[in-house]
Amino acid sequence: MRFLRLKLIAIALLLVGITAQAQGPKYGIGRAPTSEEVRAWDIAINPFTGEELPAGAGTADQGAELFLSKGCAGCHGTVGTDGLAPRLVKREIATPDDPWQWGRILPIRAPYAPVIWDYINRGMPLGAEGTLTPDEVYALTAYLLFLNDVIDDDLMVLNQENLPEIEMPNKDNWAPLPDWWEPGMPRLLDYPY
Amino acid sequence: MASKKPTRREFIKTSATLASGVAVGAASKSASGQLEGPESFTLGSDEMVAYGERSQFVNSVRIAHGGRPSPDQFGLDFHIATPLQDQMGIIAPSSLHYVGTTRGSFTPEIDPEKHRLMIHGMVDNPLVFTMEELKRLPSVTRMHFIECAGNRANSRHVTVQETHGMTSNALWTGVLLSTLLEEAGVQDGAKWIVAEGVEEVKGASSIPLSKAMEDCIVCYGMNGEPVRPQQGFPLRLMVPGFEGILNVKWLRRIKLTDEFYMTYNDYGHLRQDDDDAALSMQIGPKSVITYPSGGQQLEGPGFYEVRGLAWSGGGRVSRVEVTTDGGETWFDADIRGEAQPMAHTAFSFNWTWDGEPCELQSRCIDELGSIQPTREQAQQFWNPEPGQRARLKGQDNSIQPWRIDGDGSVHNAIS
Repeated sequence: MRFLRLKLIAIALLLVGITAQAQGPKYGIGRAPTSEEVRAWDIAINPFTGEELPAGAGTADQGAELFLSKGCAGCHGTVGTDGLAPRLVKREIATPDDPWQWGRILPIRAPYAPVIWDYINRGMPLGAEGTLTPDEVYALTAYLLFLNDVIDDDLMVLNQENLPEIEMPNKDNWAPLPDWWEPGMPRLLDYPY
Repeated sequence: MASKKPTRREFIKTSATLASGVAVGAASKSASGQLEGPESFTLGSDEMVAYGERSQFVNSVRIAHGGRPSPDQFGLDFHIATPLQDQMGIIAPSSLHYVGTTRGSFTPEIDPEKHRLMIHGMVDNPLVFTMEELKRLPSVTRMHFIECAGNRANSRHVTVQETHGMTSNALWTGVLLSTLLEEAGVQDGAKWIVAEGVEEVKGASSIPLSKAMEDCIVCYGMNGEPVRPQQGFPLRLMVPGFEGILNVKWLRRIKLTDEFYMTYNDYGHLRQDDDDAALSMQIGPKSVITYPSGGQQLEGPGFYEVRGLAWSGGGRVSRVEVTTDGGETWFDADIRGEAQPMAHTAFSFNWTWDGEPCELQSRCIDELGSIQPTREQAQQFWNPEPGQRARLKGQDNSIQPWRIDGDGSVHNAIS
């Protein structure tokens, strides 16, 4: 019954999709961006492949210096544990098998390393967002991974090629938003509330 | 211009005349002569021409949410709850609309003439729009609520502003996102949009393309005026019925992708459990009685119109029920006006209080047939073992109980 309904919805959507695709620009309003504009604006990074990561490189060793010189330490504490801003280093816990128990600590909870890169690139440092170079973001990412024992070599060079390959403790250990959901459906099947 | 302003002497004269009119009472020709007069008069001034103000006797305000300061000492937290207990009807005044920010109490100042919206990624024709261009396109005005995932009542809360103040309802005006996406031509295989703001952190959220094509609105208007800066001026993405964080403010860019991008806002919204994740996207059926509600005082036994708001991310509210005996007996409440999809819906219930202690609750049933649970029902669903207290999964849509004591005082009855 449930599957039949899903199937019908899928068919209906397919039909809608076909109709939508048959249409070209209708109003002719808006202009095409230049490729430079897209490159400048597009800071979204595919978390799995790191596809849009810009070329660059950095080590944890360099990141440790940047952590002080760029003011990170002023808010997060000298080693990311004792500032006013969110903690950046995992806590010792009794159940290390479940990385979620380490808390909402970006460089350890993020299931993929490009997520950390993206976060720093977008949102840091507070009040001077967007001022870090790609090299600096790679170095800071490496430092945070080093502080959390994700990488153990502070001279390891992280770049656009190997960052997506870093094995995060939470790799694939997260709940995707429901891929079965379509508009008009309840938020969870077989849930009365 | 200054010459048109009344002099102080004229003002005193006018006031005196009016005051004496009240004093003469029945002898006055004024229709209001027999009533106690206003406290004072404000003569129209140039300042009052341009933008109106509310009465000095109306002082309803927003408060910091969650018992934490907003803004906090670090500027990270800015979660502001709306005074639902004072709201008349279903539209939140823009100045009192709740606020939740992705990070920080920083509200960007954006010149709308310089603002642009880019649509790119898996589309045939990437497009950049100015605000004026967006306003040329076919528009819609729709009523929708937004609710923060943190709108979670607990036993320490006193008023409905504290228990439920992180949701507001407004009239949103703009272009359907589907209009823009069709203009750009969505490519096969696109499944998500990544919507991004222009604020300092470039906060971004991933939203299913099916939702984007269904009813999302790129809004430039709110309650008859441009969207307020705290709500995303000049452009905000409305994602009807989805959790607040997905309604991206200061919208500058929409990228179509084939995968969930787990970007800035998504990371913070990440869940470990599949059911938890599903229940943290679309908001469930929910309602709350705003009158009488916590902290209020009934004058004594007699008639009261019990009033409240009901809403659901699943569509229209189809029914609201009210109990005055703590859930033993449920009555249908009156739905006021026509329920709109993903919008606050007003309900009322005519009630005569006999002066005995009692407990009021309301529950919402939406058009999908989903029903608002008690806290116990939701907990039992996830953990049927007796005696164990399971955390509610996803966004909290449980029933709010208000206890009325014999002296007419109203209290939060969450235990």
